[in-house]
Amino acid sequence: MKGYYGKYGGQFVPELLMPALEELDREYEKMRSDKKFIDELDYLLRDFGGRPTPLYHAPNLSQKYGIKIYLKREDLVHGGAHKLNNALGQALLAKHMGKKRIVAETGAGQHGTATAMAAARLGMEATVYMGAKDVERQKMNVYRMELMGTEVIPVESGSKTLKDAINEAMRDWVTNVKDTHYLIGSVVGPHPYPMIVRDFQSVIGKETRQQILEKEGDLPDSIVACAGGGSNAMGIFYPFLEDDVDLFAVEAGGKELKEGPTVAYHSASLCEGKEGVLHGAHTKVLQNKDGQILESTSISAGLDYAGVGPELAYLVNIGRLKPRYITDELAVNAFNELSRKEGIIPALESSHAVGYVIENAKSGELGDTVIINLSGRGDKDLESLIKRRDENENC
Amino acid sequence: MKIADKFEELDNKNEAALITYICAGDPDIESTKDIVYALEKGGADIIELGLPFSDPVADGPIIQAASVRAIQNGMNTDSYFRLLEDIETDIPLVCMTYYNLVYARGIKDFVSDCAKSGVSGIIIPDLPVDEAGDLIRESQKKGIANIFMVTPNTPAYRIEKVSQNTTGFIYVVPRMGVTGNKSELGNSLKKQLDGIKSDKPKAVGFGISTKEQVEEAVNDGADGVIVGSALVNIIASGDNVLEKIESLTRDLKRGCLKKGIN
Ligand SMILES: Cc1ncc(COP(=O)(O)O)c(C=O)c1O
Repeated sequence: MKGYYGKYGGQFVPELLMPALEELDREYEKMRSDKKFIDELDYLLRDFGGRPTPLYHAPNLSQKYGIKIYLKREDLVHGGAHKLNNALGQALLAKHMGKKRIVAETGAGQHGTATAMAAARLGMEATVYMGAKDVERQKMNVYRMELMGTEVIPVESGSKTLKDAINEAMRDWVTNVKDTHYLIGSVVGPHPYPMIVRDFQSVIGKETRQQILEKEGDLPDSIVACAGGGSNAMGIFYPFLEDDVDLFAVEAGGKELKEGPTVAYHSASLCEGKEGVLHGAHTKVLQNKDGQILESTSISAGLDYAGVGPELAYLVNIGRLKPRYITDELAVNAFNELSRKEGIIPALESSHAVGYVIENAKSGELGDTVIINLSGRGDKDLESLIKRRDENENC
Repeated sequence: MKIADKFEELDNKNEAALITYICAGDPDIESTKDIVYALEKGGADIIELGLPFSDPVADGPIIQAASVRAIQNGMNTDSYFRLLEDIETDIPLVCMTYYNLVYARGIKDFVSDCAKSGVSGIIIPDLPVDEAGDLIRESQKKGIANIFMVTPNTPAYRIEKVSQNTTGFIYVVPRMGVTGNKSELGNSLKKQLDGIKSDKPKAVGFGISTKEQVEEAVNDGADGVIVGSALVNIIASGDNVLEKIESLTRDLKRGCLKKGIN
């Protein structure tokens, strides 16, 4: 069925949005094979975004952990994360659709920043909703967005994180749908979003495939990516789905893999979530027995989300994708380790993928050659990590 | 009582239906019962009882806040159905909630609990008719109405789909946006209502809070009006709630009496 991955996906949205989703689906189908559109996006990704990004052999980590570790350097994309791949694609699409304004949600502020960049470049108006808790822990990105002319609105409802920012962005969209495009930042939401975002992010996997074949003459044994909503993961995995390559999605294990009545002390929806419907899609969701959505927990704002993209839920169910998790503490260790060993400061989100590899390199599970999708750089996280360090020293 | 029968009864009296929304468990479970009785006394024809959800994307700040209060004070799906069983009334009750709560209980069980506790209809704002096949099947078995929405941007082919699948009434949203009471109806409502070719009753909701707006909607051809946020605001104020609810309801109902005069 259209818009479904097995039983996952769908369009669980208010009637107000149905015409907009149908329009988006129609226009995207037209544009995805339009040569002018493709060329324009390629050009922007290259000369504005800095693509292709390198596939870098990390020699010191490889030596220490005994397997060949490659990093796909999405941290080098303009803005500092993979988010721009999708933001440019969707903003360009929205512009072709005649939309004047963009709304978006953001967790870590990376998608908001990417949206702000795309909007400024294409001369569109942008409003970004961001949970008040995330505004606090990712201040630098708020400044960046505002500098590029984007209005940032802190969201005070619910858990004050990504989930609530999505709620608010959707409310804005239903009100202004006529001239506004909702530029969703991950492979979540109602159809056609999970497909569109995955397609725009697949540039990561396409490049990676070519690069690893050039360097190794062979495909890797495994690929590891962190998963919040799952866009950097789907982006690198998608071109490898038919290959004999093990795929690992690493979620935020937060403090521990436990749940209270209203809170999950982690954000591991693929590992721990139950079947449900959140933000327009049937997927795996952190929820209580009644179906009330739990507040998720993670040190990394970009992974702090109670849902996950429907296609990832499907790939886990059919056994193609292995869901894993890494706790806050191990993610911080990995953050420090990559900085010290390779001179690369990773985003806290990406540190979860790095953490999984260094914790499990010796188990044999990852094979001899592994590629980590280094989805972003860590500058945005320094302030909150310094605060965390000072707090730990004081107690 | 079936919703369709209620509309027929009112039609014979030349009245439009006053449909009132409150959030169950706001501010607490006990008060909800009294508020329902106050609504009934004031003249409400149908009562929508919201089962609050943690992430109500179709609702504005007023109903969001009510949902938070209700959940914090212990409202959940079990206590919702217990409350419904406790309420003694002849007027139709409609369950309004979000799809994940229905899905989590199991569609079949949810509908069957609705039937057992006297619910006449179900509205799920994040379940468009395209995804509602299972719910419609189960509801038909139990004789429960499924109410779907038509919005200003709904194209003709979707209006037809909604009209075919709606039982009870068509929920006509006269403007873009979420629930809340700070809008004007504007002069496009008549055109919107005329454009909805259907033999099902049409009730207009979202943004109606005064008797004047009720009259306007009824004059434009609405068979019913739905008022929510204005009532929830009274509950939120905590001041003389029952009295004020009853008197606003009575006032709003007066606006429903002119049907068919123009
Ligand atoms: C650097 C980085 N990586 C990963 C993520 C998580 O998103 P996704 O799972 O969609 O890739 C984010 C989100 O903000 C991010 O900023």
